Amino acid sequence: MAKAEYKSKYKRVGQRYDRKDAREKVTGQAVYTYDLELPGMLYARCLLSPYARAKIVSIDTSKAKALPGVRAILTGEDSDILVGLYMQDKRVLSRGVTRYQGDVVAAVAAEDEETAERAISLIDVVYEPLEPVHDVDEALEGKILVHEDINELKHYVGVFFPQKDSNIASWNKSKKGDLEKAFAESDLVVENDFSLPAVAHVPMETHVSIVQADPFSNKIKIWSSAQSPFAIRQIMADSFGVSESDVEVHIPYVGGGFGGKAGIHLEPLATLLSKAAGGLPVKVRATREQEFNQLPTRAGMRGRIKTAANKDGKITAMQAVYDWDSGAYADYGVNVGKTAVYSGIGPYSIENACIDSKTIYTNKVFSTAYRGFGHLETHWSIERQIDILSQKLGIDPYEFRMMNLLEPGDKTMSGEVITESSGNPKECLTAVVKEIGWTGRKTEEERQREWKTGKVRGKGFAMLQKAPAMPANTATSVVMQMNGDGHVKMMIGAVDMGQGAITALSQIAAQELDMPIEDIEISAQIDTRSNPYDWNTVASKLTFLGGNAVVKASHELLHKMKVIAGQVLRTDPENLLHANGEIYHPHNPNRRLSYKDIALGYMYPDGSGIGGPLIASGSVVADGLTNLHPETGQGNPAAVWTFGAHAVEIEVDVETGSVTVLKVASAFDVGQVINEKLIYGQICGGVLQGLGSALLEGYKFNKDEKLMNPSFTDNKIPTMKDMPVEIVPIYIENPQHNGPLGARGVGEHPMISVPSAIGNAVYDALGINFHVLPLSPEAIVLGIQSGKKSILCTDVDCLPGRL
Amino acid sequence: MDNNKDCSMYTEHVDSGKRKVTLSLTVNGHQVVRDVDPSMSLLHFLRDNIKLFGTKEACGEGECGACTIIMNGKAVTSCIVLAVEAEGAQITTVEGLAKDGKLSILQEEFISEDALQCGYCTPGFLMSARALLDSNPNPSDEEIVEVLSGNLCRCTGYIPILNAVKRTIEREQKELGR
Repeated sequence: MAKAEYKSKYKRVGQRYDRKDAREKVTGQAVYTYDLELPGMLYARCLLSPYARAKIVSIDTSKAKALPGVRAILTGEDSDILVGLYMQDKRVLSRGVTRYQGDVVAAVAAEDEETAERAISLIDVVYEPLEPVHDVDEALEGKILVHEDINELKHYVGVFFPQKDSNIASWNKSKKGDLEKAFAESDLVVENDFSLPAVAHVPMETHVSIVQADPFSNKIKIWSSAQSPFAIRQIMADSFGVSESDVEVHIPYVGGGFGGKAGIHLEPLATLLSKAAGGLPVKVRATREQEFNQLPTRAGMRGRIKTAANKDGKITAMQAVYDWDSGAYADYGVNVGKTAVYSGIGPYSIENACIDSKTIYTNKVFSTAYRGFGHLETHWSIERQIDILSQKLGIDPYEFRMMNLLEPGDKTMSGEVITESSGNPKECLTAVVKEIGWTGRKTEEERQREWKTGKVRGKGFAMLQKAPAMPANTATSVVMQMNGDGHVKMMIGAVDMGQGAITALSQIAAQELDMPIEDIEISAQIDTRSNPYDWNTVASKLTFLGGNAVVKASHELLHKMKVIAGQVLRTDPENLLHANGEIYHPHNPNRRLSYKDIALGYMYPDGSGIGGPLIASGSVVADGLTNLHPETGQGNPAAVWTFGAHAVEIEVDVETGSVTVLKVASAFDVGQVINEKLIYGQICGGVLQGLGSALLEGYKFNKDEKLMNPSFTDNKIPTMKDMPVEIVPIYIENPQHNGPLGARGVGEHPMISVPSAIGNAVYDALGINFHVLPLSPEAIVLGIQSGKKSILCTDVDCLPGRL
Repeated sequence: MDNNKDCSMYTEHVDSGKRKVTLSLTVNGHQVVRDVDPSMSLLHFLRDNIKLFGTKEACGEGECGACTIIMNGKAVTSCIVLAVEAEGAQITTVEGLAKDGKLSILQEEFISEDALQCGYCTPGFLMSARALLDSNPNPSDEEIVEVLSGNLCRCTGYIPILNAVKRTIEREQKELGR
């Protein structure tokens, strides 16, 4: 169903409401952490390591200390605090060694940014540069250890598996069936490598945190541009040895996250500086350059995929080895690696399969969560491999996928059984393939004919799947209280960083309570002292888990209203119904009370009252999830799968190598659309972000592992000129029986598999299989000029072409 | 920027050790006179000096358009304009778009078309679009894309922004007779 045609079966859910935060954002009233000023606030600047790996021989801060206006200077000698989400591997300030060219060597807090900057320039550091670990192969050899203390690092035991005396932060595994037998007995076995570079999140508001650490108690107050207020609270408490309740976290409006602001980043450094400055608030703000080269990125990845199939098109076995270049620290990277072992064969039913996923330390910018959480990367491998297999088998890629996609009764990689309630991948694929008018691959003759015109068109498509990657006991909660005017004040612990959470959750509340969405009062600002707990705003989990919490709280509120109304209307509460902001008796509609009449308790004509202020809550924990078996990877990791597919039509200029995206059709089995306007926004935004990964973006390091492109000049992201000519969103609504009104999450999914679909379309156009991203103009031209049919590397070094 | 004025025409004086110049300009219709550090950017003047926080910084190098404001009818990236270059200028920021307590059509259409998500780049887009429509009330899609490709947004995929500007053009023609 195309955008304009969507009709919801619900009165409020599915409707195209304006986002609740929009007015503040178009008038300049929305306050972000970057905008905050506190009395006495100091400004920080960091001195970053100029080397990917170096020994710190000495640091002289005396000249900087003497500068008027400088209030605190810190080096690694002042603090040995280790932080980390799953591996406590990162020192807030480097001590002894630096592990990437963004490691903080010293930090200054001063009365203004200019003074802090000047102080930084006055710090003298003597380094002894050391040979860095350049890539995953070198890291796996283990001759140089990025973390010599890897055996002692505190980590989340039983879920992550750091390997002794190695650079492997975690080695996660899964297997099922008999792989060797299947490879030996199948008609065709195909093995390929696929890779893609690290890519930056690029939130428009860079990371910024303000911390005021009370010198007279353990209290730490944090204001941060962050996605995970409650995770910050917990990690700060762990790292600083205080109680969670000592840490208060305030989240103003957040200028984009995309995973890069999940977990904890500048908060510990700001805390140490505030303590050193006698408790004054300290603001640490990343410059755009630091956003690229100091703050974490999406890991680079190499996937080695070996697949067996029979002539009839049935895939019999798949082996995947994923090596993630996580850079200097594990952060969320290890969890990305873990996720690959249960989702890393794509949405296919394959009896014999095995995945090894290693999150590997090197001396590069470290990695964290990024929209899609490893799925853009694994699907780049799988969906290109599936296309190549279909070429070898001589089967249409649509037919080939349809023969192997999951359907009810099939099992996922980790052994979960797919049911009707899981959504339908085949319906997604069929919808997008139909939308782009797929009639089969181009013949070589057709390509040659078009080639002469200088422009060749191609079509391609790819599947995608993702479930929230989260701990088995992930929880969230909602509190509702009715104001005297009958409006409902709703509080959540998750952050709306633009994805539309407060609007979507308000619609669910408005639907369940049958009242105007305008009367649901909700704030995008979070304060851990008053807002109820939420694990993390990540993983596309909020519509599902948070939506269920809203449904629960709404039902509790309705029940409480009906109990009071029952007394007033002199009937059993069970006889009462609700509609349009009123509780009424269906057989005698004159017996009715508006929500407003009982909001703060009902008052009788003589002034006496019953009930009291209406308040309700909803708590939800992920249902039926388990940790995965450490060796086999079997278990229940997925609360809710969302399946989808993209199909694209492109035009390749064979002279310049530029790829123009003519059309993108994207289908997702979302169960139930919550807000058609917001989901369209997620699809347009995700698709374009995916096109960035497909065609433009990627970190470039020099031989010393120094980032060469930490700016918008050299690390371009798509602009309005890179928009596809047309995006057609398709919403499939097979309800999830335990989702809120049947809904599933779809925040990350639009980005996943966009590069795969483009890569498959490039093959259709040129007859060349690219195994590496981005498919930049120079990559395409070098690929064409190489005369090869498989392009494994597009560095100029690999392809000494004629350029 | 008033190119006819050389630096000697600014009033200079020394205040607590730092050289300052007196700057006089009009911001969102209000006359503003302040002593400023001559090296201060217009962005920091607007934010730090007159406390208009609607204009955002996202790169500080004039590459992303987040800090776009309108100066003497032209869209400029205020992070790479010196405050002193705005001597005598007419400045409009995002806070000056709504008039008489009513949102402008452009703002209404940004809301209605969902042309924003995190909202951080939104003031810059609004000002770039406003400057374009002020100079050309009926631009083609290509002209809109050419101008707005100087502003970066990571959330929306730009399509809703283009739709909002196109809807604004239609409505301004109908409602304001542009």
